[in-house]
Formats: sequence, C-alpha cells, structure tokens
Amino acid sequence: MSIWKYANPVLFMRTSGRLLPLLVPVTAALMLVGLVWGFFFTPDEMRQGSTVKIIFLHVPSAMIGINAWLMMLVASLIWLIRRHHVSALAAKAAAPIGATMTLIALITGAIWGEPMWGTWWAWDPRLTSFLILFLFYLGYMALWEAIDDPDTAADLTSVLCLVGSVFAILSRYAVNFWNQGLHQGPSLTIDQKQHVADAYWYPLMISIGGFILFFVTMVLLRTRTEIRARRLKALLARERMA
Amino acid sequence: MIALLARDLRLAIRAGGGFGLGLAFFLIVVVLVPLGVGPSGATLALIAPGILWVAALLACLLSLDRIFALDHEDGSLDLLATAPIPLEGVVSVKALAHWLTTGLPLVLASPVLALLLNLPASGYGWLMLSLALGTPALSVIGTFGAALTVGLKRGGLLMSLLVLPLYVPTLIFGAEVVKRGATGQAVDSPLLLLAGITAGAAALLPFASAAALRVNLR
Repeated sequence: MSIWKYANPVLFMRTSGRLLPLLVPVTAALMLVGLVWGFFFTPDEMRQGSTVKIIFLHVPSAMIGINAWLMMLVASLIWLIRRHHVSALAAKAAAPIGATMTLIALITGAIWGEPMWGTWWAWDPRLTSFLILFLFYLGYMALWEAIDDPDTAADLTSVLCLVGSVFAILSRYAVNFWNQGLHQGPSLTIDQKQHVADAYWYPLMISIGGFILFFVTMVLLRTRTEIRARRLKALLARERMA
Repeated sequence: MIALLARDLRLAIRAGGGFGLGLAFFLIVVVLVPLGVGPSGATLALIAPGILWVAALLACLLSLDRIFALDHEDGSLDLLATAPIPLEGVVSVKALAHWLTTGLPLVLASPVLALLLNLPASGYGWLMLSLALGTPALSVIGTFGAALTVGLKRGGLLMSLLVLPLYVPTLIFGAEVVKRGATGQAVDSPLLLLAGITAGAAALLPFASAAALRVNLR
C-alpha cells in the first residue's frame, strides 16, 4: 500500500468518484456558513466600518492563489520524476483555479483599497508580486494550450513551472526593494496566540477551510474531466484506425 | 564549442536582420518615449533608467526566436543534439552568441541613448555596467523561452508571454542600479543581486533549456 497506487487512473477515478459526493456538500456548507457569518453576523470594525468584511473573500482566495502554484509545482515534480499521467493532469487542472483565485484576491483587494487607501491600485510589493504571479499562471496555461502532443505539453509546462517558481520567488523579494508598501504585514502566523479579534477569527477560519476544500473539489473534478477527455481522444483515435 | 560559437556569430552577421535589428529597435523605442511624454528634461531624466532598461529588454526579446528557429527548420538542431558535446553546452553557446550579437551592442550604444533621454552624467557608467551585468541573464532566460517554444508555429507571441515575467527581477534590479547611480546613492546591493541573478541563471537555466529542447526534439 502506498500513495502511488492512486496514480493509476482507474483507481483515481473510482476513489475520487466516491469522495466527490461527500466533498461537495461539505464544501458548500463551509463556504456558505463562513461567508454568510462573515458578511452578516460580524460587527463592523471601529475604523474600517463594514469594509473589513471583504477579508472573508480576500484572505482565503489569496492563500489558494499562492498554494495552487505550490501544488502545481509538486505535481509537476512528480510527473517529471515518476511519469504519472494523473499528476500532470492535476497540475493542468489546478492552473485556471489558481489564476482565478489570484484574480479574485487582486479584485477584492482593489475594492477594499479604494475606500481605505484612497486608491484602487498601488505598486506595493505584495500587490505587484501577485500581479506577476497572475502573469505566470497565464503563461503556464497558454503553453498547455499551444502544444498538441499531451506528453510534450506536460513535460514543457512542468519545466516552466519549476523555473517559474524560482523566478516568482525572486520577483517577490525584488519588489521589496522599492519600499515596504501600503499592504499590512501578515496577521495570520502560527507563532501568535491572538491574531484578529475572535469575532472575525472563527468565520475567517471556516471560510479558509471552505476555500481549501473548494480548491480540492475543483481540482478533483477538473482532473476527472481531463482523464475522461484523454480517454475519449484515445477511443476516437482507435476508431479512426479501425 | 568554439566552432559552434564562430558559426553562430558568422550566421548572425551575414544573414542580416538579426544583428542590427535589435539595436535599431532599441533606438526607436528610446526616440518614441520623449515624443510621447514630452521634451521636458526633468521628466525624462526621472524615467530614463526605466525606459532604457525596458527598451533593452524588448530589443532582446525581439531576436529570441532566431536562436533555435532557423536551426530547427534546416535540421542542424537535430545534428547538434546528437553531437558529442552535451546539449547544455550547445544551449550555453547559443545564449552567448545571442548576447554577443544583441546584448553587447546594446551595452555599447546605451550612453548615446542615455544622452537623448537626459540621464545625469553620473549615471552613464552605472547604466553600462548594469546592462553589461544584466543582459547576459536576459539572453540565458530568453534561450530557455526559445527552447520551450521551438517546435511551435506562431511561437513568438507565446514566448513573450512566457519570457517577460521571468525578466521581472532582472529589470527591477537593473533599473534600480541606474536610478541609484544617477542620483548618487549607494548601488552595491542591487548591483550584487543583479550579478547574482545573471550568475545563477547562467549556471542553472541551460539545464532547463536543454531538457526542454530534448522534449521538443523527441
């Protein structure tokens, strides 16, 4: 028994097919509870008023935006080293979700920034590096689209993902050179006891949990779609041969 | 490897287009900016470091698809891949040839263009130094982009989308060096980081480029 047996597409389809009916309602419930609680049943913050509530969208989507790339990096490494097709397809499946989450984080940040900072956009290090991350997602997806042969595409995008990770991190620290920027420092760190007031803390945690499960669900769903598309292509090719 | 370098250089010079084109593009961009921004000397001096670096980067990008495309078409890339020298070495030589034909002329021409943009005289040396240190990284990274897209039809546009985000750190540090140099601030930390990026890219990226080439030639 090892984790690698799930690299078998048949087993992956069977297991994910059993998991999804459980995951979907739990995800929906967590997101609904987290967001509804966050938007309607938390008090207004003293200085920020009700704009503080965008945190329940902004923080989770930003977390997924970064970690989706990390997941793609791991999946790409697994593909390059062990040649499991499911892994390559999972990386492909995760990219649009990560890109969308990055975009959501950027947009909600802009909506929050307009009343609070007085500007939609500032060339702040965090904002800039997120925009660059978004460009990396676009390039990665465009490369997948451009190449016909699936194995070649998987190889090349994996190499791009590896190189891109290094440069994304470099960019993150390069933009620090300008100044500290407008964006606040991290509020959620492991070594701290009290992060934000409890009234926001609980719904925020539920919302983050909901977003993480949402990401897992979507990746599983999209990977299943990719596997089915691959099978369909094989069937059609076989039919043409016959 | 030296023979390959000499061959690439000869091809670049004799085939025309590639060699002078980058330089001409650099000139055009730098001339267009004052036409758009207006001729005020103070404004131009303020944005000169950024403009010069962005123009150099675009000029570099313009000639990237020539690195492998012609060799791929006439089949010499397959011969190079089966040649006794490792593909990583071939890729490095290709990047070096690209730098010698586009990066180096940009470095040499940059003071004249800096004059057009009213860059303070104290910045000239830093501009040349930062371009000399930074453009090799642009060539190496660009070679990686070219290796990724070598087999593709209409790969040029895709390549810009892939390569430009990778250029971000080089651009930031390069322009920072010139900006600080021109205003008389300490330049050593961005300068060292720029050199570090070039050294790291030159050491590691040929492996990624060679891997991409092998996949594309499979």
